[in-house]
Amino acid sequence: MKHRYLPMTEADKKAMLETIGVNSVDELFSDIPEKVRFKGEYNIKAAKSETSLMKELFQIASRNADLKTNVSFLGAGVYDHYMPVIVDHVISRSEFYTAYTPYQPEISQGELQAIFEFQTMICELTGMDVANSSMYDGGTALAEAAMLSAGHTKRKKILVSSAVHPESKEVLKTYAKGQYIEVIEVPVNNGITDIEALKGLANEEIAAVIVQYPNFFGRIEPLKELEEIVHANKSLFVVSSNPLSLGVLTPPGKFGADIVIGDAQPFGIPTAFGGPHCGYFAVTNKLMRKVPGRLVGQTTDDQGRRGFVLTLQAREQHIRRDKATSNICSNQALNALAASVAMTALGKKGVREIAAANLQKAHYAKNAFKAAGIEVVYEGHSFNEFVVKLNTPVKEINQALLQKGIIGGYDLGRDYPELANHMLIAVTEQRSKEEIDTLVKEVGDLHA
Amino acid sequence: MHNQDQALIFELSTPGRIGYSLPEMDVPELDLEGLLPEGYLRSEEPGLPEVSELDIMRHYTALSRRNHGVDSGFYPLGSCTMKYNPKINENVARFNGFAHVHPLQDESSVQGALELLYDLQEHLIEITGMDEVTLQPAAGAHGEWTGLMMIRAYHEANGDLKRTKVIVPDSAHGTNPASATVAGLETITVKSNENGLVDLDDLRRVVGEDTAALMLTNPNTLGLFEENIVEMAEIVHAAGGKLYYDGANLNAVLSKARPGDMGFDVVHLNLHKTFTGPHGGGGPGSGPVGVKADLIPFLPKPVITKRGEEFVFDYDRPQSIGRVKPYYGNFGINVRAYTYIRSMGPDGLKAVTEYAVLNANYMMRRLAEYYDLPFDKHCKHEFVLSGRRQKKLGVRTLDIAKRLLDFGYHPPTIYFPLNVEECIMIEPTETESKETLDSFVDIMIQIAKEAEENPEIVQEAPHTTVVGRMDEATAARKPILKYQKA
Repeated sequence: MKHRYLPMTEADKKAMLETIGVNSVDELFSDIPEKVRFKGEYNIKAAKSETSLMKELFQIASRNADLKTNVSFLGAGVYDHYMPVIVDHVISRSEFYTAYTPYQPEISQGELQAIFEFQTMICELTGMDVANSSMYDGGTALAEAAMLSAGHTKRKKILVSSAVHPESKEVLKTYAKGQYIEVIEVPVNNGITDIEALKGLANEEIAAVIVQYPNFFGRIEPLKELEEIVHANKSLFVVSSNPLSLGVLTPPGKFGADIVIGDAQPFGIPTAFGGPHCGYFAVTNKLMRKVPGRLVGQTTDDQGRRGFVLTLQAREQHIRRDKATSNICSNQALNALAASVAMTALGKKGVREIAAANLQKAHYAKNAFKAAGIEVVYEGHSFNEFVVKLNTPVKEINQALLQKGIIGGYDLGRDYPELANHMLIAVTEQRSKEEIDTLVKEVGDLHA
Repeated sequence: MHNQDQALIFELSTPGRIGYSLPEMDVPELDLEGLLPEGYLRSEEPGLPEVSELDIMRHYTALSRRNHGVDSGFYPLGSCTMKYNPKINENVARFNGFAHVHPLQDESSVQGALELLYDLQEHLIEITGMDEVTLQPAAGAHGEWTGLMMIRAYHEANGDLKRTKVIVPDSAHGTNPASATVAGLETITVKSNENGLVDLDDLRRVVGEDTAALMLTNPNTLGLFEENIVEMAEIVHAAGGKLYYDGANLNAVLSKARPGDMGFDVVHLNLHKTFTGPHGGGGPGSGPVGVKADLIPFLPKPVITKRGEEFVFDYDRPQSIGRVKPYYGNFGINVRAYTYIRSMGPDGLKAVTEYAVLNANYMMRRLAEYYDLPFDKHCKHEFVLSGRRQKKLGVRTLDIAKRLLDFGYHPPTIYFPLNVEECIMIEPTETESKETLDSFVDIMIQIAKEAEENPEIVQEAPHTTVVGRMDEATAARKPILKYQKA
C-alpha cells in the first residue's frame, strides 16, 4: 500500500517493528478481542487518484445551482455579500488552518492575537463589553444565550419572538428540552414583536426575552420599548443581530441588551450550504464570567512583553466538567479569522457604506415591487429584506425563476402557515439595479 | 518565527485609509434618516481599523508567522490527531457548487450537495458499523450532547424516566460530563484499574436501573484498548443502559474494530481529527453521530434520505429530538472529510490505523528508557508517559513541554488524562515519517538528560519563541478582553 499521505517505507516498518520487538503490525492489535475484531477491509468505494477524484467531485458540485452562476435574492439568515478577495488568502495560510486550539501561547500568538482582535471588533459593532472567540453559529449561540440566562436568573422560562429565525427557534427548543426549560413564543403584529402581547407574557418567572434585530422578516424591532418591558421584570434582554446591519443600525448595546448573539457569516464567510458559519456571543461586563466558550485575554510574558492567552478557563468544560453550563469545546476559529479580515478590510467607513448600500438597494427593490402592483406586506422600515405577497405558490415561482438564472426568495409558508404565498426577498449590496429590475419583472409576469 | 512585537490592527489604523471595494451604487441614494425609524440610525462609528489592503496582508502574514501549525512542524498533541491536512480537500471545498450554495434553496437545485452528504453518511455507517448517521452536529462536543439527548429521548419514549445517570470513566475528556449535564443528565464516575482500563467491578457497582448510558472512548485516553469491551457492553445492556462511543480516538481502530460491532449504540465522530478536516486554530469541526436501529426515530431532523433517484430532506420525524443546528451541519468540513475518505479508500484507511499504531508504539519503546511508562503494554495510536522521574529533579512536565518549543515542536498534550501524574500524552499520527519521529525522540531524550545535568535550561524554557511564558494569573484576575485605546 503506497499513498502520498503515508511516508513509511517497508524498510522503515521493518526497523520499527524490530525496535518494538514484534514480528508484525498485527501483533500490536492483539488486545482487540477476537469477537469484535474487524476482518478485512471496509465495503466502501475504492480510492481515486487526485485527478479523477477532483473531476468526479467537480461534477457533483456542478449539479448544484450556485450563487456565482445565478443571481440570488435568497437570505433568511444566510447572505450573499461582498467577500474581500484577501479573506481567502489569509485563511489559506496553513499556519492558521492547520493549527489546533492555541493551548501553547508561545507558539500561538498569531491565532490568539487574531481572536483578541475579533473579540474587539464584535464588541465595537454590537456595543457590548465582552465578546467570546466564537460559537458554532447564530442558532446555537442563541440557544446558549437562553441557557446562560436561565442559569444566571435561576428561572426556567424563556420568551422568544415569533419573528426570530425559525431554525434558531427549533434549536432553542431542543436545547431547552435538555435543561427542562420552557420556551414560549411571543406573537408578531405587522411583522414585529407584538408589544401588547409581550406585556401580557412578561413576568418575574421569565429568564430572558429573545428578539432578532433586524428580525426574520427584515423589520427593525423597537428595542427601546422592548427593553423597558424586559428589564421591568429583571429578565435578561437577548438580541440576535446580523452584525453587518449594525453598520447603520444603533447597536443593541445602546438599548440595554444584556446578551447580543448572532452569526458573522455576512462578513467574508461563504454560504457553504449552511456551514461552517460563525456564531458570535457578546455580553455586558456583569455576565463576563458566565460566557460560554473560549476567551482570549491580553497579558505579558516573563520579560514584560505583551502577549495573549486563553483566559477565564475556569468557566469551561475541561475544568468544570459536570458543573459546566456549556459543553462547547471546538468552535469556529478559522471562520472568526475570516470575519476579522472582512471587518478589517471594510473598516470604520466600509462597514457603514456596505450596510447603507443594503438599505438603499432593498428600499429601491421594495418600491419597484410596489410600482409593479405587487403587495409589500408590513408597512414601515426594514433592512435588507422584505416580504411580498404573491398569488402563486412561492415554490412554483422559484422554480420558474431558476430557469432564468435567478434564485428567488424564501417561502415563508414553510414556517408560518398564515404566510402561504409570501416570499421573503433579500437584496444585498451585491445586487445591481438591473438584476433587481429583472427580478421584479419576472416575478410580476409569474404573479399576473 | 520572528521576534518583533506585532502591533494590533487597531494600532495600525490611520484615518482616511480604506481596504475595500464595494459594488457600484446604481440605485438612487436616499437620506438614511428616512429609511430607518427615529433613533435607530447609528450615530457613533464602530472602532474598526482603517488600513489599506497591503497593511492587512502584512498584518496577518506577520500573525501567521507567530503561529505553529501541522504544516510548520511536528504536532504530537495527544487525543487531537494532528495529521496532515490534504490540500485537495481545501480545493474541493472551494468549488462554487459547494462553497457558494444557499442552504434554503429548493432541494431540486442542490442534488449534488445532498448526494455527497448521503454518500458520506453511507461511508460513515460502514466505518462505524452503525445503522444510520446524522451529519448535523458541528463538533465533537455537540455530537456528544446530540447522542445523549437521543438516549434520553429513547428512555423517555419507553416510559423509563428514572434513567438519568451517565457513567463516565475517570480518564474521560471534560466534554463528556459537561455534555451529560447540558443534556439534563447526571454524571457518575467509574474508576480505572491499575492497568489503565475501566474497573469491571466498579462498573458493576455503579450500573443500575438509573443508568442512561456509559460513555466510553476506545482506545481510551491513555491510548489503551478496553479489552473487556464485550463484558462491559453486556453489563451495561443487561442493566438497560446504552453504550456511547466517543470517537475522538477512532484513528486507532479503522478497519480493526467497529464501534457497532463492539456493542455501542451511539457514536460520534470528530471529522476534524480522524478524517482530516483541518483544526483551523480551534474549529470549525464536524461531529456526526451514528446510531443503532432502535435509536433512529430520535435522530435530529431533517434526515437526508433518498426517494427513488432523488435526495430529499425528511422532516416527518415525530419522535426526533428536534434540530440541533440550523441547516445541515458544517457542510464544508463534511466535504473535506468525504474527499479524504475517497482519497484513501478501504485499503488506505486500514493502512492509516496500522501506521498510526506502529508509530506510537515505536516512539513509546524508544522513550521508555528515559521517561516513566505507567502502562507497559502495546498502545494504540497514542501513549502516555509520566514525568515523575524528572519532577524529582525539579523539572515539571510543563517545563519539558516548553523546552520542546525551542526545537520547533508543538508539545504533546500534558496533565491529561488526570489519573496519571505529570502526564505527557503523545500521538504521532500516521502521516509522519520515521525521520521526524526519530528527531523528536532524540530531542525528548536530550531534554531528559538536561533535566539531570542542567535543569535550569528546561525550567526557564522556552528561549527561542517570540514570547516567553505568559502571566496567566494576571490575565484571569484582571481580564483585558479587547483593545482599548491608550
